[in-house]
Amino acid sequence: MTRFLNRALGPFALVSLAVTIWLGLWVTPPDEVQGDIVRLLYVHPALATVALYEAFALAALASALYLWPRTRSEKWDLLAASAVEVGVVFLTLTLITGSLWGRPAWGVWWTWDARLTTTALLDILFIGYLALRRVPADPPVRAKRCAVLALLSTLDIPIVHFSVQWWNGLHQGASVTVGFHFLIHGSMLWTFLLSMVAFSATFVWMVRERYRIAVRDEMHGVETLEVALAARRAEGAS
Amino acid sequence: MLAGVDLDLEEGSVLAALGPNGAGKTSLLQVLAGLLALRDGSGTVLDCDLATARGELRRRVGLLGHHTTLYAELTAQENLAFALRAMRRPPRDAGPALERVGLTGRLASTPVRSLSAGQRRRMGLAWLIARRPSLWLLDEPHAGLDPSGRDLCDELVEEAASSGATVVLTSHDADRAEQVSDLVVTLAGGTVARTAAGRRARRVA
Amino acid sequence: MLHDALLVAGKDLRIELRSRVLLWQVLPFGILALVLFALALGPSEAVLRRGAPGLFWLALLLAAVLAIARSAGIESAEGTRASVRLLGLDPGGVFLGKSCALLVELSALGLVLDLGLLVLFHVDAARLALALPLALLAVVALAAVGTIYGALVAGTDVAGTLLPLLVLPALSPVLIAGERGTASVLAGGGPGRWAVLLAVMAVVYVAVGIVLYGPLEEAS
Repeated sequence: MTRFLNRALGPFALVSLAVTIWLGLWVTPPDEVQGDIVRLLYVHPALATVALYEAFALAALASALYLWPRTRSEKWDLLAASAVEVGVVFLTLTLITGSLWGRPAWGVWWTWDARLTTTALLDILFIGYLALRRVPADPPVRAKRCAVLALLSTLDIPIVHFSVQWWNGLHQGASVTVGFHFLIHGSMLWTFLLSMVAFSATFVWMVRERYRIAVRDEMHGVETLEVALAARRAEGAS
Repeated sequence: MLAGVDLDLEEGSVLAALGPNGAGKTSLLQVLAGLLALRDGSGTVLDCDLATARGELRRRVGLLGHHTTLYAELTAQENLAFALRAMRRPPRDAGPALERVGLTGRLASTPVRSLSAGQRRRMGLAWLIARRPSLWLLDEPHAGLDPSGRDLCDELVEEAASSGATVVLTSHDADRAEQVSDLVVTLAGGTVARTAAGRRARRVA
Repeated sequence: MLHDALLVAGKDLRIELRSRVLLWQVLPFGILALVLFALALGPSEAVLRRGAPGLFWLALLLAAVLAIARSAGIESAEGTRASVRLLGLDPGGVFLGKSCALLVELSALGLVLDLGLLVLFHVDAARLALALPLALLAVVALAAVGTIYGALVAGTDVAGTLLPLLVLPALSPVLIAGERGTASVLAGGGPGRWAVLLAVMAVVYVAVGIVLYGPLEEAS
């Protein structure tokens, strides 16, 4: 069953993305007020949700598991790094699609609205994680530093989440839910919900593939070390 | 890089590790001090498991490394007092320790960055005297010391071992190292290439 | 933990008094930043007075990066790191101690920059004094965040370039809340929710720092 799910993930992500694009571009109607720009509703919020609440949450969880002595394992470090890499891609796309939406909606490519600003800062924060990851260090040292940074960066996520309430800004209020009442209806709602599923599946697939590459890189590093150790022992014996 | 080192030391003994540059002498001391984690293998030092109790081990050992200890902007007196307070010992123990190594008066109250390399070494020895660890780890302790400093170092090693502490030192000076130690190992390529009895064992016997 | 915190704070402050890096490098840089901001905005008093809260916090943050780097650098000298690890200090205590020392230094920096605001930006002194408690809360958060981020990059070759990239985005909520709270006070209002936000951030980062400093020390 697990193997089936594993194999099905990629095709499922691809198909659901394709269906989302089809529905979003051709099937769903334009909005009464925003017109065709509303079609970014099927991309932008999903990217943001995946980045903020899936990618970085996963990175934080994996980092915590790495730091906890009982569960410490290299795989958590590699998983966290994979999640952050994919998360940065999604968050950057969030900002780009938000900008594309903002131009016709607000008349500007960018505004210093609190949510946009903190989202951009979060993106830079996690780019910092990737920068730290590239600093040469022993793998356990690098892993601990990055794990701590991931947890610290996660502290910023609630600030983004609540910033719409804390600061007044130009950003859209909740498009979909206010309490339990849905503000968009019909095919738009279903396409929106499908986009969440499609982008989530894509995220999981991307993280899985990135993780596999990271594991292969580490194994290559271990093999190189084994060769070096063998040479060292031979040096001592001679 | 160490690869395949098996050691068994008794309390009150002195081990000298010799070997060329890059043989793994410093790495060995760092592992014994709990500063470096083992990638493979296991070990117990002072009843502390090297995999799980390195924090506890670090509190029990004393290390004299290559570089200046603690803070260059503070004086030798202040550095020792800080270290003693950290270990919940009375800071007044710093005075006698510094006297023993010849860092008195103006030298004790000069910032460490203004001291010579040999004087910083003496300060490191003073720290060990004040700290009284169960395991002394000395990385080329004679390097940078004048003849009186080297004799002082040998005296301190003998006193430490006689009082029940274990001493592990590394050196390029094979003759001197053999003189003060019970066991001499030669490291090469990160492993123990040769083992021999030191002259201390024969003297004590 | 408290014993070690006091010991480490005393040590850091003694080193600062001896070396005077804050006095001769960080403070002048902070003032320089204020002057440069004024040059960039132009000489209009109205513009400068309006921009004063933001520019104050920006100057403080930029100068704080130098202070944070200096605080972390104290522990990074060759041999120091290993020697300190052998002392068996409580990591939470070390974090608290270094944060407290940094808090004292940043508070002094903040007071000097406040003087700069009075003189260079013509801000009302009485109103500025009312903003001091808010500033103190912000500086507590700043010190806690700075100490842990400083430890994160300490010992790396690229600490100088990496630290600003990592710590400034993390401090941006302090900048936002500090600026808006200060602006509110200068306009005659209260700090309101900004003070609450800063207090929450201070508490959270201090707690997190106490927990995470230990693994960071092990990692270096």
